[in-house]
Amino acid sequence: MPSVCFYFQVHQPVRLRHYTVFDKNDQYFDDHKNGTICRKVANKCYLPANRLLLDTIRRLGGRFKIAYSITGILLEQLQQYAPEVMSTFDALARTGCVEFLAETYYHSLSFLYSRNEFAEQINKHIEAINYYFGQTPRIFRNTELIYNNDLASLIESMDKFDAIITEGADHILGFRSPNFVYRPQGCKKLKLLLKNYSLSDDIAFRFSNRSWPQWPLTADKFAQWIHNINGNGNVVNLFMDYETLGEHQWEDTGIFDFMRHLPEEILKHPDNSFKTPSEVVQSYDNTDTVDVPHIISWADTERDLSAWLGNAMQSNAIHELYRLEKKIKETGDEKIITDWRKLQVSDHFYYMCTKYFADGDVHKYFNPYDSPYDSYINFMNVLDSLHCRCTGSETGDKLCSVPKQDTTKSILGVEPKGKNPPSLQPTDQIT
Amino acid sequence: MKIFMLGWEFPPFISGGLGTACYGLTRAMDQLGMEVIFVLPKMVEEKYTTHVKLLGPGSRKSAFSLKSSELKNVKFHTISSPLEPYSTAEVYQKRIEETLRLKREAQLGHFTSASQLVTSIDYSSDMYSEVHRYAAIAAELAEYEHYNFDIVHAHDWMTYPAGITVSAISGKPLVIHVHSTEFDRSGEHVNQMIYDIERQGMERADKIIAVSHFTRNIIISRYGISGDKVEVVYNGVQRNGSWSSLSETGIKKDEKIVLFLGRITMQKGPEYFLHAAKKVLNIMENVKFVMAGSGDLMHRSIELAAELGIGQKVLFTGFLRGEDVQKIYKMADLYVMPSVSEPFGIAPLEALDHDVPVIISKQSGVSEVLMHALKVDFWDVDEIANKIIAVLKYPPLQMTLRSHGNFEVRKLRWKDSAAKCAKIYEDLLLPV
Repeated sequence: MPSVCFYFQVHQPVRLRHYTVFDKNDQYFDDHKNGTICRKVANKCYLPANRLLLDTIRRLGGRFKIAYSITGILLEQLQQYAPEVMSTFDALARTGCVEFLAETYYHSLSFLYSRNEFAEQINKHIEAINYYFGQTPRIFRNTELIYNNDLASLIESMDKFDAIITEGADHILGFRSPNFVYRPQGCKKLKLLLKNYSLSDDIAFRFSNRSWPQWPLTADKFAQWIHNINGNGNVVNLFMDYETLGEHQWEDTGIFDFMRHLPEEILKHPDNSFKTPSEVVQSYDNTDTVDVPHIISWADTERDLSAWLGNAMQSNAIHELYRLEKKIKETGDEKIITDWRKLQVSDHFYYMCTKYFADGDVHKYFNPYDSPYDSYINFMNVLDSLHCRCTGSETGDKLCSVPKQDTTKSILGVEPKGKNPPSLQPTDQIT
Repeated sequence: MKIFMLGWEFPPFISGGLGTACYGLTRAMDQLGMEVIFVLPKMVEEKYTTHVKLLGPGSRKSAFSLKSSELKNVKFHTISSPLEPYSTAEVYQKRIEETLRLKREAQLGHFTSASQLVTSIDYSSDMYSEVHRYAAIAAELAEYEHYNFDIVHAHDWMTYPAGITVSAISGKPLVIHVHSTEFDRSGEHVNQMIYDIERQGMERADKIIAVSHFTRNIIISRYGISGDKVEVVYNGVQRNGSWSSLSETGIKKDEKIVLFLGRITMQKGPEYFLHAAKKVLNIMENVKFVMAGSGDLMHRSIELAAELGIGQKVLFTGFLRGEDVQKIYKMADLYVMPSVSEPFGIAPLEALDHDVPVIISKQSGVSEVLMHALKVDFWDVDEIANKIIAVLKYPPLQMTLRSHGNFEVRKLRWKDSAAKCAKIYEDLLLPV
């Protein structure tokens, strides 16, 4: 009698343009590239997948249900570059079978660095979901399913949510199964939904892998695996990136056919059902509490933060970014604040990851830079420029060394004209 | 397996990466138990013979046989000749004149070194015939060895005619090892004679070893050689481990040091280094740029530094050896190799081995193997400057590059290069 709970993460970062230390403007983002990628992913994934899932919901008369978490930064881009995707999401929202989750608007790591910023971004996201889809999210998922006890307490104290979603990592569950509803350690009302990473990754990562013994994965085979859980769990949480459909697993792998047939195969057994996260929370009581003192995530094999904060460049970049929070917000300048927030998108730090060789393939595929070093340099140049804008200073950076003296001219025997030679830094252009 | 190897230079008589590569490769072959007869077109000066044992001096008219105490399976033959790997015809002419002058002095009774005594053969008057004279002597040496070897392995253009000759008279397969081509050294202004020698060598070789895919592409596209004849064997790096404490230098510690180390020639892109330096100095002040090396563009580079108004920020050290190289690496915060066309580039690996992060040009073989290096197009002066500034300004960047780079270098071992050569030899020797 297990219920199947599908939740898809829908996100695209805003990529920076090539920005050198010599650039003196506030055009940080590569609109052309972002637009191109957004339209490409829309055509390969969002549009066909939305159409497919909408058809399925209508065909099954509302017995098929799904949930989405769409980042604010993607909603903005879709609105701008692929508005037709927005209308298909809207159609999905109006079926009553689709739930939208809340997260940080900018897909940020703000929980780790600034609780204020974290709360502001969640509120901004709730507003956006409300505005576009007429729903007020009751379930929270943090960026990359980053989670620990503190996060659960914080989310409970916000008094806006019924449950939180995270990875069903082995080391937090021990012998227990992810197929039950749990309660976070230290929480009284909040529930915890855990990703069944084994079954989720069968679709998300292994689906097209021909060296996998289970290849090819068919809908009836997968439905049988789900059914095997009968008696040992209430809910199977299949959480994955939406881009799995058509972008990570290309259309020619048969992923769309798989998804088209899967719901019927699962519903063949009368005990099985589909539920949205909110329905799961209402249907099942928590069985046990889960204690997560250390931070976990759904990334890589480590299920930790090392993909974003694993090296010195990453932690330096993110510390410098959040160190600016006060100065940025004091400016009251919407453009500056928005630029700063767009720099918080976790992908910027993911690009700086140097863990090449183990899970390097995934990292490299999504990386617009030639190397993690290039990405760090670019990010820091942008951050430096942003710093200059909010302090109004010339260089914004103490490391730019001693104030300039024009020593070259005197060496060549040419005296600088006038007592106060104009500064070489174009202050006016910066502000 | 016994290899008859024809080289240009060998430490300590080196002027560039080729000698380092030949040393690394033969040493590794030695350790793998391969026997190498190494023929060199170089005079051996007395002061360097202390750690090399002379086997049969005077047994050949103009060849020395040496045996290094360090390399037990390697036997050296040196042929006295003023040839230098990176020489031009004009430089060669000067050296001939210099040698003749020394010889005249020697005849007057001023014997300054033992080596001058054996330079008895008449020097030919141009490089072309010198290359062929080297070939003739190499052939004699091959005969002297009773053709008791399996493979002829020739390093770079000057030894190709010798390789072809020895291979022809001995009937042993010829492998040529391309460490650089005329297009790397001279851009589009190739010396037709050298190009012809290179092309002939490549055509006559049974197998060609290129030091990178970058070079392999040049061999295929510029010399019209079929791709299945060309294998890539990357160079390794001779790890230093620890080195003794070095005496301090006159450079202040609060100044950052950006290093260019290599021949100051068109190929190495010194002008891009200087133009980038200028841009860096527009933004940062406490930086010194050190150009270590010599070459035909040295004077032009000194002038250019002055023209750019950064003369006081650029130091020229001349050609460095041994401990001086260690010292300069120890001082450097960053190594930049803006080569226009670099078949491989061992120097950046040495820099990384000395914990100095590197910026390398994408037009280089070494950029194929290094992940943990900053890469630039040699002509993109803005980007070079952008990256120099970033490394100097952000310690975490320097730290990450350094630790990962140093680790990465350890994976480039001469032993693997030698093993790959051995595999190529074996394939050649298989009965068809």
